[in-house]
Amino acid sequence: MKSKPRASAPTTKTGAQIIVDTLIAEGVDTMFGYTGGVVLPLFDKLYDAPINFIVPRHEQGGCHMADAYARVSGKVGVIVATSGPGACNLVTGLATANMDSIPMVAITGQVRTELIGNDAFQEADTTGITRPVTKYNCIVKDISNLARTIHEAFHIASTGRPGPVLIDIPVDIAVSKHKEDGPVEMDLPGYRVRTSGHARQISTAAKAINKSKRPVLYVGGGVILSNASKELRALAEKAHLPVTMTLMGLGSFDQTKAESLDMLGMHGSAYANYAVQECDLLIAVGARFDDRVTGKIPTFAPNAKIVHIDIDPASISKNVRVDIPVVGDAKEILRDLAKEVEYQERKEWFERIADWKNKFPFRYDSASKSIKPQYVIEEICNQTRNKAVVTTGVGQNQMWAAQFYRFTRPRQFISSGGLGTMGFGLPAAIGAQIGDPKATVIDIDGDHSFNMTMTELATAVEHELPIKVVILNNGYMGMVRQWQELFYGKRYSKSYLSNPDYAAVAGALGAVGMTVEKKAEVPCAVKEMLAQKKPCVVDFRVDREENVWPMVAAGKSLDEMDGLDILESMA
Amino acid sequence: MKHLISALVENKPGVLAHIAGMFAARAFNIDSLVVGRTEDPKLSRMTIVVVGDDRVVEQVRKQLAKIVPVVKVQDFVGQPVVARDLMLVSVTAPPEKRPEIVSLIDMFRGKVVDIGQKTLMIEVSGPESKIEAFINACKPYGIKSVARTGTIAMPRQAKIDD
Repeated sequence: MKSKPRASAPTTKTGAQIIVDTLIAEGVDTMFGYTGGVVLPLFDKLYDAPINFIVPRHEQGGCHMADAYARVSGKVGVIVATSGPGACNLVTGLATANMDSIPMVAITGQVRTELIGNDAFQEADTTGITRPVTKYNCIVKDISNLARTIHEAFHIASTGRPGPVLIDIPVDIAVSKHKEDGPVEMDLPGYRVRTSGHARQISTAAKAINKSKRPVLYVGGGVILSNASKELRALAEKAHLPVTMTLMGLGSFDQTKAESLDMLGMHGSAYANYAVQECDLLIAVGARFDDRVTGKIPTFAPNAKIVHIDIDPASISKNVRVDIPVVGDAKEILRDLAKEVEYQERKEWFERIADWKNKFPFRYDSASKSIKPQYVIEEICNQTRNKAVVTTGVGQNQMWAAQFYRFTRPRQFISSGGLGTMGFGLPAAIGAQIGDPKATVIDIDGDHSFNMTMTELATAVEHELPIKVVILNNGYMGMVRQWQELFYGKRYSKSYLSNPDYAAVAGALGAVGMTVEKKAEVPCAVKEMLAQKKPCVVDFRVDREENVWPMVAAGKSLDEMDGLDILESMA
Repeated sequence: MKHLISALVENKPGVLAHIAGMFAARAFNIDSLVVGRTEDPKLSRMTIVVVGDDRVVEQVRKQLAKIVPVVKVQDFVGQPVVARDLMLVSVTAPPEKRPEIVSLIDMFRGKVVDIGQKTLMIEVSGPESKIEAFINACKPYGIKSVARTGTIAMPRQAKIDD
């Protein structure tokens, strides 16, 4: 195992000092976290550490911020919380990061070692609670293991299939002293990562691509995590392959290119879903055949041979039987694969795709008098020239953002894909803005998603972050309402709440607030929002019962989409 | 189908919880799970008996291997293995029945490890089928209680490379 440089000359240090020094040695310059009883020694050492420290208004918000910071910057996001309630409040954030394979390190305080198990004040079994929602976690009970454990946490979080790692540190470890003697060696006999793909498997995949008449590249978040967008584009161009992306994969392939089939799956494009169902070769890269992507498994891509490139062997043949698995890092494998593929014109296939694209683009009723949520997103996409970093809540707002904002580069679309965490959008925008200070960061949110974490607006104001929050306010939990309309006879059970005046809330918290009720005001409002230097919240009162189309209902095949007739009628 | 899975794991607190949690979270069924130290104090060996079709067991194997403190995972299915259970069983044994029971114990190559006024405690080891057969053979006398270790296993032909 590689050794890490020592932070400083051998001296006697407290555990808290070792934590801070080790974080700095790992290159951490930005952290998120909330203080509390048992983390006081650590926060005392952070008082004059050269670290930009952001305090959220709630630990969950801080966890999402660290997560989005990691998604945007490619670095490891770091979150600190106190024992008991602090640690418990991280659970949703850790689960969000875990499902989307985001590299994070969480450090939690714990009660004194001799009190553990005694139901002490603010005690919770943090490692027990977070074990299923982290890639790895552990408690440090011996100060001589502290620095090594933190280095190991960063290594585990950021390599292989990334994910959150939690380290629980009892307060007596933080205050006790330890003499550091020599460099720290990692000791992880059970952790090995295979990065280069098996040469014969790659050749087999290349031959399948060269032989294929109707191939589709199906790419997921793994391509972004592995920084493999360039290699993906090279392969797609060299072999002439159409590319469809999962929600997590959006941005990995430029959606303004003709080869882009945009998103596939439940609310994916009709052309992507048809292409997957008709293809003779499906090349999955860094994607995991999630149920929102595959629809009914037995009829998924029925004519296709399947190649699956993934760094996680457990993802292969988990949901869908794979013919040619290649385990390793997407970047290396795509590069090696591109060497062995040949250009094929595939005229018929691309013509068929172009037909579907012409017939069933993402559409909405642009003649409508009310504000259509899709129109707001399209306007934002145009005015930001496809360049903004977009975060989302979860539900209709998220699906429309995925459908109507056309992404051109990786790390541009920040959304809770796997866990589907409402309330992710605002704290994610804060973390994204901190991770990419020059970017225009826009949270395209729903009213009820925003309600869940809107307290973090105060954090954005405090740090003078020019984030924009677009509330597509329909007064409903829109996606729930859509399902109730379609499957529960329009019985809108508990799917609406009374909302506050968001512009007034924003103003009270020190942000800029606007309300837009007329369609004609949309372009101006977007322009004004983009010009703001302060956090800005725009409450767009959109059509209340707009639906997301197309839709593959649960249990249906990808080509059994509802709403195509509605889309066609809007042409 | 029954699979014998052997996992070499780091001897650290929390490892068993991690593995048990993974089985529960992914809805895999454990038939038995045995943990014990190995010759290396830093490593323990777990022998897990899992029932499932090949796809399920393949996932079990991969998900186990993914757990950070799990060093190595082997599925012994299709391999010649020596698999053993150890059982302690307390059987009702009034003095007049004892010769009969002792000859039964001899047939199963068991041992009497404790003698009470009305009971005998017997130790039997062997493959699961033998253990089950012994339990059945003892039933007519009356079984007071049974404690079993669950299966441990090792492949034959010295194919041990860890």
